[in-house]
Amino acid sequence: MKQLPLFQPPSITVADLTRYLRDLLEGDELLRDLWVQGEISNLSRPTSGHLYFTLKDSSAALRCVVWRSTAARLRVTMQNGLAVEAHGSIGVYERDGQYQLYVDAVRPAGEGQLFQEFMRLKARLEAEGLFDEERKRPVPARPQRIGIVTSPTGAALQDMLNTLRQRYPLAEVIVAPCAVQGDDAPLEIVAALMSLCRLAEPDVILLARGGGSLEDLWAFNDERVVRAIAASPVPVITGVGHETDFTLADFASDLRAPTPTGAAVLATPNRADLMVEVLGLQERLRDALTLHLNRRRQDLDFALHRLERASPLLRIRSERQRLDGLQERARRAVRQALALQRAHWQARVNRLQALSPAAILRRGFALVERPDGSLVRSAAQVQPGDAVDIRLWDGHVAARIEDRPPFKESSA
Amino acid sequence: MKPQNHPDDIQSLSYEQAFAELEAIVAGLEANQKSLDEALVLFERGQALAAHCAALLDRAELRIRQLGETSALTSENGEDD
Repeated sequence: MKQLPLFQPPSITVADLTRYLRDLLEGDELLRDLWVQGEISNLSRPTSGHLYFTLKDSSAALRCVVWRSTAARLRVTMQNGLAVEAHGSIGVYERDGQYQLYVDAVRPAGEGQLFQEFMRLKARLEAEGLFDEERKRPVPARPQRIGIVTSPTGAALQDMLNTLRQRYPLAEVIVAPCAVQGDDAPLEIVAALMSLCRLAEPDVILLARGGGSLEDLWAFNDERVVRAIAASPVPVITGVGHETDFTLADFASDLRAPTPTGAAVLATPNRADLMVEVLGLQERLRDALTLHLNRRRQDLDFALHRLERASPLLRIRSERQRLDGLQERARRAVRQALALQRAHWQARVNRLQALSPAAILRRGFALVERPDGSLVRSAAQVQPGDAVDIRLWDGHVAARIEDRPPFKESSA
Repeated sequence: MKPQNHPDDIQSLSYEQAFAELEAIVAGLEANQKSLDEALVLFERGQALAAHCAALLDRAELRIRQLGETSALTSENGEDD
């Protein structure tokens, strides 16, 4: 804004200035995302649920606000006098003309330093090749012996055992108990890993711990633990903390699971899947046998077919047919011969019949008999007045001789 | 894969052993190089193996032991600490 020389410089309102400052501060990259360390004081927790406090050190103070939604998620129990590191962005509260830190995360003081250490160690081990992908070994699909390195009293162990029980009860589980937090934890974890490999020879090892603070999980960032995992002769699956927690142990392990339960899942096939697998094989077995039998049956059919074509049965059959024909002809010939014989016989019978006395009578001849039944063969045998019986073909008539003309007596 | 005539031996097979043999038998049977007698024997053994696998899956109980409970480990721990 260019000032004209004839006039006094114009004033601006407080609101304008405050807004100007606010834009200035809130536009600054650095001030939008920073960690600030100090000690909590003047902590107040009004009914609104928001948190207000001052972060101070020996020479300065910073007003801080935690909105209610964020306050509920804080991992640190806030109290006056506590040394913390607060993360957030700088903003301006226009009514009071106050700049303040809008906090979205709080961690115990020193964690920032831990994180630096973590990054340095990670970089060093990474450079050594400890986390290389080529180093990672495949975990066995069906481990018979599963080693577990964890606290014997933690919920993580029960979670893993329940998961294994449900998914893959065929396995044998060997638990190598150890402390998983505290100063002794790293050495105990290393010892448990080594003992497990030496004494139990498991197919896979689950190294696990339930969720906790960064400090709780710190043993899993210990260089000795990381090196022991990398040196393990048996594949190691890590399941440390929650989904979002990454430890150096995770980087060194052959497989990283988000949780202890997840590690148990990654280490084992599911019983239901195995059952499906077995049923599938059983079906293939049946199919293979059916196919086998069908092929055999086909072969047999084919052989039978060939056998039939090559067999003497065919000739026998045709011979039999010819025989049948001959037999038929023979039968016919016999029938004809019989018929001929019958015709001859009939003719003889007819001729015989023609010669019988009855047949002669039929032709108009008659027999003359005397009353005593003797046949009159010659006129000389009767006298006029004799009673005779004349037999015709269909009956008798009684008659009397009336006359007998003279006749020439035969010598007969 | 040499089929054995006594199905009793199947009972003593681990799941992995039984499953591996079952897979081999199926593959062998599918290759169809066997005589009918052999095929039938293989089939029966395959069925028995499948039943054994299924039974193992159904009945298995997770076996759990703790290293620290064995005397051998106690001394190991002593050295390592």
